[in-house]
Amino acid sequence: MIVGILALQGAFREHEEMLTRMGIPCLQVRLPRDLAKVDRLIMPGGESTTIGKLLVMYDLIEPIRQRVLAGMPIWGTCAGAILLSSKIIDGKADQPSLHLMDIDSRRNAFGSQLDSFEADVNVAGLDAPFHTVFIRAPILENPQGDCHAIATLPDGRVVAALQGHMLATSFHPELTLDDRIHRLFLSL
Amino acid sequence: MAIEKSTWTTKAGLAQMLKGGVIMDVIDVEQAKIAEDAGAVAVMALERVPADIRKQGGVARMSDPDLIVRIKESVTIPVMAKARIGHFVEAQILESLGIDYIDESEVLTPADNEFHIDKHRYKIPFVNGCKNLGEALRRITEGAAMLRTKGEAGTGDVAVAVFHARTVLGEIRRLQSMSEDELYSAAKNLQAPYELVKQVAQAGRLPVVNFAAGGIATPADAALMMQIGVDGVFVGSGIFKSGNPSVRAKAIVQATTHYQDAHIIAEVSKNIGEAMVGINISSLPQEQLLANRGW
Repeated sequence: MIVGILALQGAFREHEEMLTRMGIPCLQVRLPRDLAKVDRLIMPGGESTTIGKLLVMYDLIEPIRQRVLAGMPIWGTCAGAILLSSKIIDGKADQPSLHLMDIDSRRNAFGSQLDSFEADVNVAGLDAPFHTVFIRAPILENPQGDCHAIATLPDGRVVAALQGHMLATSFHPELTLDDRIHRLFLSL
Repeated sequence: MAIEKSTWTTKAGLAQMLKGGVIMDVIDVEQAKIAEDAGAVAVMALERVPADIRKQGGVARMSDPDLIVRIKESVTIPVMAKARIGHFVEAQILESLGIDYIDESEVLTPADNEFHIDKHRYKIPFVNGCKNLGEALRRITEGAAMLRTKGEAGTGDVAVAVFHARTVLGEIRRLQSMSEDELYSAAKNLQAPYELVKQVAQAGRLPVVNFAAGGIATPADAALMMQIGVDGVFVGSGIFKSGNPSVRAKAIVQATTHYQDAHIIAEVSKNIGEAMVGINISSLPQEQLLANRGW
């Protein structure tokens, strides 16, 4: 099994290092031909407007959608979670998205960089709280159908959601040394 | 649930999210929107691009806070702004505006010829310039959460950017080959803390993200810096002093992502209009070199 990491922009190296520590083979994905070689896909944190534009320019939107609809597991962290959502709130007009998960994302929901934070958050299915890092992070809103929240802040705001083989997290497990969310993704 | 804001992880982490991207200098709302539409990962809000600072001379200071706020309100991507080296009140002002990063920059006229800003005292993260590894590690010690090699801003000549990036990366490679006792002496020569030197020697890289800056004007320049080994690029005058900023900006963004793919770089380099005219660095007198500011 080879895990693809979308490498258009952002923190793809951090995911690669985590997977390498775990002994999982991985491959950077920049073009449709790379996508054909992988069995799963992680979309990293970064700038969602930049990654979205590059997804469109290099004709990756439909190939990724088709693979995921055919069963390929996918995980988006932060910007990646925005790109998975069905609707982007507070984004740019016509900001591209894969529209795969039945949940909305609200960009920069906590404010500017001064409001970026770390906190211990309970994630459904994990034995102990996960130390999360939020950087100009989105929140997830209004999950529908099979999509459900697996982590919320004490005020009820959703920061991780699961829908079958699709996972979205507002925070960055790849910036920690804790591989439990990566393991969760690999189990999908 | 305890929430901790402005931690080192969040400060350095934002820079990690900018990796593989292009940060563009913009002087008004219109340029900021063009940059965002072209795929910039962040904008640097300032009154004059380095090429104009160089041409007009005089003292270059922090930009008007009103301009910075208007630019911040016009885009959804992170906004950076420059404070003068050592001008900790300009930094306090920029932090109060709620922008995302401060560049303590040699492009502006230094306010203090001995001390840089003590960046640990701020909630907002800082990016600093460096010419070599010792300078890079001194800035990290002072609290910089991101670095950029300086290059020579406002020239459109990539030679100094190449020199600074090769110097930093070459010095890291040399550290990796040293025995532990040699590292003590290396720390002394680098004028940097031993613990940090040891950390770099073990990891084989800087503990923070390092972009290239100062002279990048074409998609090929951006890909050159990426192949040399930096994490992303700042483009200052190179975009909005060129013939067709929007097209050039998009091309540089694509070349930064696909920096290893010569076919794509060739494709995006076609018909993008005139590059900025530029200044050959060897024609500049020593006292006009901005990179020598900061130490």
